[in-house]
Amino acid sequence: MYEFNYHQPTSLDEVARLLGANEEAKIVAGGMTLVPTLKFRLAKPSDLVDLVGISSLRGITDAGDALVIGAMTRHAEVERSPLVKQGIPALAALAHVIGDPAVRNRGTIGGSISNNDPAADYPAAVVGLGGTVQTTRREIAADNFFTGMFETALDRTEIVTAVRLPKPQAACYMKFKNPASRYAIVGVFVARTGGGVRVAVTGAGPCVFRVPEMEAALARSFTPDAIKDIAIPQDGLNSDIHASAEYRAHLVGVMARRAVAGCG
Amino acid sequence: MQKTVSLTVNGKPVSATVEGRTLLVQLLREQLGLTGTHVGCDTSQCGACVVHVDGEAVKACTLLAVQADGHSVLTIEGVATGDTLHPMQEAFRNNHALQCGFCTPGMVMSALDLVKNNPNPTEREIREYLEGNLCRCTGYHNIVLAIAEGAAVMRGEPAPNVYGTAAE
Ligand SMILES: Cc1cc2nc3c(=O)[nH]c(=O)nc-3n(C[C@H](O)[C@H](O)[C@H](O)COP(=O)(O)OP(=O)(O)OC[C@H]3O[C@@H](n4cnc5c(N)ncnc54)[C@H](O)[C@@H]3O)c2cc1C
Ligand code: FES
Ligand code: FES
Repeated sequence: MYEFNYHQPTSLDEVARLLGANEEAKIVAGGMTLVPTLKFRLAKPSDLVDLVGISSLRGITDAGDALVIGAMTRHAEVERSPLVKQGIPALAALAHVIGDPAVRNRGTIGGSISNNDPAADYPAAVVGLGGTVQTTRREIAADNFFTGMFETALDRTEIVTAVRLPKPQAACYMKFKNPASRYAIVGVFVARTGGGVRVAVTGAGPCVFRVPEMEAALARSFTPDAIKDIAIPQDGLNSDIHASAEYRAHLVGVMARRAVAGCG
Repeated sequence: MQKTVSLTVNGKPVSATVEGRTLLVQLLREQLGLTGTHVGCDTSQCGACVVHVDGEAVKACTLLAVQADGHSVLTIEGVATGDTLHPMQEAFRNNHALQCGFCTPGMVMSALDLVKNNPNPTEREIREYLEGNLCRCTGYHNIVLAIAEGAAVMRGEPAPNVYGTAAE
């Protein structure tokens, strides 16, 4: 690992100052993605700015029709939170299948969505629920936040502060996981919301995406059968040693039907 | 960047000078001589390095030593009371839950984290909790038995023959 300066600021102003003053500075949240990246020397930040000292970034609040989850809230907290279990049980279930317990004790929702790994779980929930990402500068609708493989709408010095997730009428996340890494080979989040049905897919493509045909079919009839004939084109899907694009395309249909059935 | 960190390790206050990039596991093994915490991979996947920070299981290979500054760390060396093994360690011994023993410190630390959150885990819950702990020797069967036994003893129940001896 290359050497760097480590900072633990206690206010967002100080974070902004540190990021502004050091072109090569990077944020660290749970470190569950960043530290392995540093160990492989795939990144060489001059400075690491740890968000752990900013208490306003941590915690889950009930905003009536939505839950607001602070960026530094750890996966284990989401998994066990009574507010989440009651308001969006599918989200608690999703957090429970991220990585392993030690990863969940450190990894954060803000880190996961800022990183936007193509196989990460949270992007599917944030897009599937039609959430909003709150940053130090603005609010970004989920549909505009995830812009490509490991790419988001964030500027270099912009920090995710929280994620606002509307409570759905029903929702379910189904993940076909890679047995070694536990990341999603394909994960599908289906939600019935006041604004219609949303289907968000992670793992299959370079970035989380929605499936409008399935959403329309499920709006007419919310049953697994309603989407059984909808084929996902394999063009542009990921293909690697774990699964071909063709296999992933097939899995999207299977996981989507299971998720619809799981909405009960 | 050199920084002096002060933390509690196995109940004792310690101070050490580390670099920004020093991992917690390097501090424990190389500077404090606590070699019970192992390093089995460089991809944060094997769990041989699991320790508790403020009572929660974490991978010491994926935490910077500076991130543990001011916190309380428990390693496998701090689990027994003098010469008396902790019930979870005793259960690993009873059940032949190790062969080479490389994964064992991490297994025991993860098992203690599980029991803290779930004092009476089912076999399935034990297996799920061990997703981040790889053992290349045992096939896990006896590890699962050991954790069930350790959990029972920690609940104050006699050491049971939890799942019988037949293969699952
Ligand atoms: C063994 C293992 C298995 C895993 N399995 C899964 C899995 O199954 N599913 C899954 O989804 N993930 C998985 N992960 C990843 C894990 O969920 C990470 O916690 C997560 O991807 C990153 O969160 P973090 O808080 O650790 O972020 P960090 O690693 O600290 O940061 C990640 C990136 O985001 C940036 N960043 C962090 N916070 C912010 C913020 N608030 N604002 C702006 N930028 C920010 C950082 O600068 C960095 O570039 C796994 C990780 C490991 C080690
Ligand atoms: S050494 Fe393998 S997970 Fe830490
Ligand atoms: S006993 Fe050898 S790796 Fe587990």
